[in-house]
Amino acid sequence: MIKFKNSEITPENIYKNRRNFIKKFGLTAGSIFLSQNLNFSANAAPKNEDLKLTEYRYITTYNNYYEFGTGKSDPVERSEKFKTTPWDIIIDGEVENPLKLSIEEINTMFPSEERIYKLRCVEGWSMVIPWLGFPLNKILNKVSPTSKAKFVKFVSILDPEQMIGQRFPILDWPYKEGLRIDEAMHDLTILVTGLYGKKLPNQNGSPLRLMVPWKYGFKSAKAIVNIKLVEKMPTSSWMKASPKEYGFYSNVNPTVDHPRWSQATERVIGEGIISPRIPTTMFNGYGDEVASLYAGMDLKKYF
Amino acid sequence: MTKYLKPSIFVLSLVPFLIITYKIFFNKLGPEPVKEITHFTGEWTLIFICLTLSMSPLKKLTKLSLWINFRRMLGLFVFFYATLHLLTYVGLDYRFNWQPIFDDVVKKKYVFIGFAAWILLIPLVITSSKKMVRLLKNNWKKLHRLVYVIAIFGSLHYIWLSKTIFFKPLIYLIIIIVLLALRIKIKNKDVNYG
Repeated sequence: MIKFKNSEITPENIYKNRRNFIKKFGLTAGSIFLSQNLNFSANAAPKNEDLKLTEYRYITTYNNYYEFGTGKSDPVERSEKFKTTPWDIIIDGEVENPLKLSIEEINTMFPSEERIYKLRCVEGWSMVIPWLGFPLNKILNKVSPTSKAKFVKFVSILDPEQMIGQRFPILDWPYKEGLRIDEAMHDLTILVTGLYGKKLPNQNGSPLRLMVPWKYGFKSAKAIVNIKLVEKMPTSSWMKASPKEYGFYSNVNPTVDHPRWSQATERVIGEGIISPRIPTTMFNGYGDEVASLYAGMDLKKYF
Repeated sequence: MTKYLKPSIFVLSLVPFLIITYKIFFNKLGPEPVKEITHFTGEWTLIFICLTLSMSPLKKLTKLSLWINFRRMLGLFVFFYATLHLLTYVGLDYRFNWQPIFDDVVKKKYVFIGFAAWILLIPLVITSSKKMVRLLKNNWKKLHRLVYVIAIFGSLHYIWLSKTIFFKPLIYLIIIIVLLALRIKIKNKDVNYG
């Protein structure tokens, strides 16, 4: 069991009564970026105080993790015995000091803090998850990226012995994802080690996953073994599977539909049969913080 | 014995409906209930399409004509589950909010083809009675070949809404193609089947 310095193990029932905390956190997260000049501020609505946490049981039983199968309950049913120790993560590529760190070293070097983020899946549903993690920029700064480092490529583990889904060519295994360097360095981009005050469950991408809250969920690669700084834009597994449908950026954007389905609205997980769809917001509600990264870009073209 | 067969199949055909009703009232639908109902009713529509299309080949294979007695009823269950599926989408998911529904039908090929399949079912339901069979004579057979189009549309509807190429949606397409191919063979032997 990994020890967390910044956050103690918190039972879910305590979480449920922590609306006050959420409110405070929302204000903190928002105020960090108040000084930035923003172009899309009218679109942004990260009302964190309105976010109601999704129940732990839903976050940990409703997963897209095709390495363990394409069904939503496959990951929880098939990942129980997945081995996350020993686990090394290599950070290399266009850097001055490439590093190989064990997951234990990462947990010691980079204390996790709590981040409540909304997760919007490209399929049209969303959850609100109290992650434990640390900004990716902390680890990137440790390796000193060179001037050639324009993009960051994330490679997940390849282990068809343990991951039944990888025995089928559903995607180009191992799972690959990528970010532009400024997206990767952004303070909202975190590497996740836990959720709900606990160690990250296997089905959620243990021992280390990415979380980029203003992008569709599939951008946030799970079970990462390699973070490579590169000069050219990497091709993600989803881009390779269907380039017209899954772009490199994949920012949450209600005005740019998936070619086959609408992205204007989303269903909130765990809200029951009565609750209606809610409108999807630009950059998943994080526009105040991230819209400036895309100033002048045609987001219909760079979807 | 055979006289109980048809009522039994009727009751069995209602089982999926009873299961989903139970799940709704006892809150057993999981994290995304509306999607669960949509997928459940959609999949059972496809299953009933496959069952309906199996009757003629079964008659041929088993040399028993009783299969044809169930065809109409199974066909009507296709419409029953397809309508539940459509109502879930229109009512439960989109709250009769017509603008986004209209946009989906016009712009999204999987919605368009699914909706088209449902529309095409309507003339088949209207002309399903014995009286209509007599009235329409040879035209009845021609009209009811629409079910082949509906079956293909239904399986494409499933394939196109999947995120990547999945096994299950393809299985339905393959089953439907096989069931249709069996008919071509039957035709070549100059045996008369609907």
